[in-house]
Amino acid sequence: MKNDKKDDNNSRRNFLKLGILAGAGTVATGALLVTGKSASGESGEKIKVLTTTGEVMEVDKNFLTQAPVGRKESHQGIPGRKFVMVIDLARCKNARKCVEECQKGHNLPKETEFMKVYLMQDSEKTAPYWFPKPCYHCDNPQCVSVCPVGATYKRTDGIVLIDNERCIGCKFCMTGCPYSTRVFAWKPDEAYDIDQPYSPEKSVPGVEGTVSKCDFCPDLAREGKLPYCAQACPMGVIYFGDIDEDVVTNGTETFKFSELIRDRSGYRYLDNLGTRPNVYYLPPVDRQFPVERGLDGLDEETLKRYDNTPYVKNAKISKEAK
Amino acid sequence: MSDTVNSDKLLREFAPQIERTSKFGKLWIAFLCVVICYGWFALYWQVSRGHIVTGMRDNVVWGVYIVNFIFFMGISYAGALISGTLHLFHSEWRKPIIRMAEFITIISLLIGPCFIMLCVGRLDRLPNLILFGRIQSPITWDVIAISTDIFGCLLFLYLALLRDLGKMRDFTELKVPQWQKKMYKILALGYTGTADQQLRLKRATDVMAGMVIAIAIIVYSVLAWIFSVTLQPGWHSTIFGPYFVIAAVYSGTGVLIVAMYVFRKAYHLEEHITLQHFVNVGVIMLVLGAFFGYFTFSEYLTKWYGSEKNDEQLIQVLLKNYFNLFILSNYVGVLVPLIVVGFRKLRTINNITIAAVIVVIALWINRYLIVVPTLETPYLPIQDARAAWQLYHATWVEWALTAAGAAMFCLLFTIGSKLIPIVQVSDLKEEPEQPGDLHLM
Repeated sequence: MKNDKKDDNNSRRNFLKLGILAGAGTVATGALLVTGKSASGESGEKIKVLTTTGEVMEVDKNFLTQAPVGRKESHQGIPGRKFVMVIDLARCKNARKCVEECQKGHNLPKETEFMKVYLMQDSEKTAPYWFPKPCYHCDNPQCVSVCPVGATYKRTDGIVLIDNERCIGCKFCMTGCPYSTRVFAWKPDEAYDIDQPYSPEKSVPGVEGTVSKCDFCPDLAREGKLPYCAQACPMGVIYFGDIDEDVVTNGTETFKFSELIRDRSGYRYLDNLGTRPNVYYLPPVDRQFPVERGLDGLDEETLKRYDNTPYVKNAKISKEAK
Repeated sequence: MSDTVNSDKLLREFAPQIERTSKFGKLWIAFLCVVICYGWFALYWQVSRGHIVTGMRDNVVWGVYIVNFIFFMGISYAGALISGTLHLFHSEWRKPIIRMAEFITIISLLIGPCFIMLCVGRLDRLPNLILFGRIQSPITWDVIAISTDIFGCLLFLYLALLRDLGKMRDFTELKVPQWQKKMYKILALGYTGTADQQLRLKRATDVMAGMVIAIAIIVYSVLAWIFSVTLQPGWHSTIFGPYFVIAAVYSGTGVLIVAMYVFRKAYHLEEHITLQHFVNVGVIMLVLGAFFGYFTFSEYLTKWYGSEKNDEQLIQVLLKNYFNLFILSNYVGVLVPLIVVGFRKLRTINNITIAAVIVVIALWINRYLIVVPTLETPYLPIQDARAAWQLYHATWVEWALTAAGAAMFCLLFTIGSKLIPIVQVSDLKEEPEQPGDLHLM
């Protein structure tokens, strides 16, 4: 077991290192900027970057800032990558940190969420479970097929993005997506008024009258970081990684993707629709929390959102019966 | 030249409608303008405050606007199909009503697409549809199909009008402003009715009639495919293309009968539009109604019998939350015209018109039941969404714009009937007989 863990740590370090190098590879195209000055001074942590002449050079971490990837470059995926997410349903207790951090990270209005947490119950007698749902970044994405202007597109690294400067807001992609993943900017919002160059990789700033959704945070991946949701989850529910490299991590544990899926019987939700999602679920077995814990500590409005779920309805009925 | 005498007589009869507008007519136009202004205000409201003022939210992303879009496009294709078919079959009785069918086509074809634009979040980016159009998207198919249809129908209507425009130009007794006379002259393109002109016009009209029928079927199928290419449980159906085409023509015959009734009363056309016309169009409506009922039945039967989880959920919602509307659109809307037109004793002008009104309302509701309940029952249950965002309720903005669309339809119809006689004045005999012409009815 000890050995295993060591391996895990190694592969995690490898993943992160490769992430940095992938970012460094794009220095030439101007994604990373060596600014030469930093508010916090030298961190002492050196990072290898490629210069335009092809030389490797060491720069202090704090001297690097990330210039957002522009609309045109964002059409290309990060080279050599194929991102995948694994969600461990056995651990989720609806802490909602993924929802909140994602909202913060993407500067979303209060009523817009990219990540949703469902209280699922597959059939009457089966057990209910919490089910976080990001965008599945399908390999056969309906949303991309139906878009009339090419505002939503599939990249080589598997990510499906939206260019909100081209989107006309017809909402066809929203009806095309069988997973109800996409959200619409229904009104002008102060959250959109931030002074920042637009990047489809960040989905910031949002634009009224256009569609947006979970973007798998490729801007963070370029920096070798996990998406906001995976970083924020206190239970380590969300693993993110690279399917070709066969590695996923939640920040503290790292697994071989193929082994994790094999050992824990991973599956894709509604796989029968032929959309070929890039998000896998681990079934809710040997759970760490009883399902009702997920309803604890929710504010009233959020709690109300689960009122029409079979679980909450049944709980109410049995309570009344008593 | 008995033909000329005949059409002059007709023109003399219709001249008062074109020359002046009655007090009631003016009131009617003023009322329509008020409704349209209200719609403009609603549009301003929506544009300035965002789509949040509509009832649409992240789950039900399409609402009444799309329903109106399908509805108006539907009645337009119906006009095209009816006038095209009757033209090709040389049905003699079509003469008094064909102009109305053509007006319905063109006017609703101009109003329909406005509704889909109301649904678009970024109207300023509409040029992207052309600049960055992707042929893979059914919306691009729709853009191509609808623009082809508008062009084709305008051409067909124009060809059909040409003879009458010539007559209007030559009819010196008409007391209309100079600009209007000039307009007739220009639009008549020097058509005087020589044998050569007659033959050419007939050939062109024949070709366009055939084209319009084909385009109408294609356009409405494409519209249906916007829904059925998605994976949504209520939409992902192979029958949707033909189902939409039939539903469209069905609603169109309804609107035609209502228009016949209104103009018959308003312009005193009792002599021209008789019970026989109502019965003839009624029979077409009956046949289409039977098809529509059959398609609806087989669509829901297979869903209900197979009872796949999501289909079952949809049907439950339809029968629980939308029970009255479901019965009205899919039972009353089918059975009433079948009974009224099916039994000889019930065939009166009033009865047939009432049946037609029911058909029009039922078909609007039918589209509503196709669009909204499906979006309310997606694959993933609607959860973790604000209570107000779960179900769809159209707001005053949407109703105001819907009313404005209907008012616009009536207004354009009224204006059209003020420029061109609502009944074709030139004689059908002016169409030279050719070998191979079909004669039905």
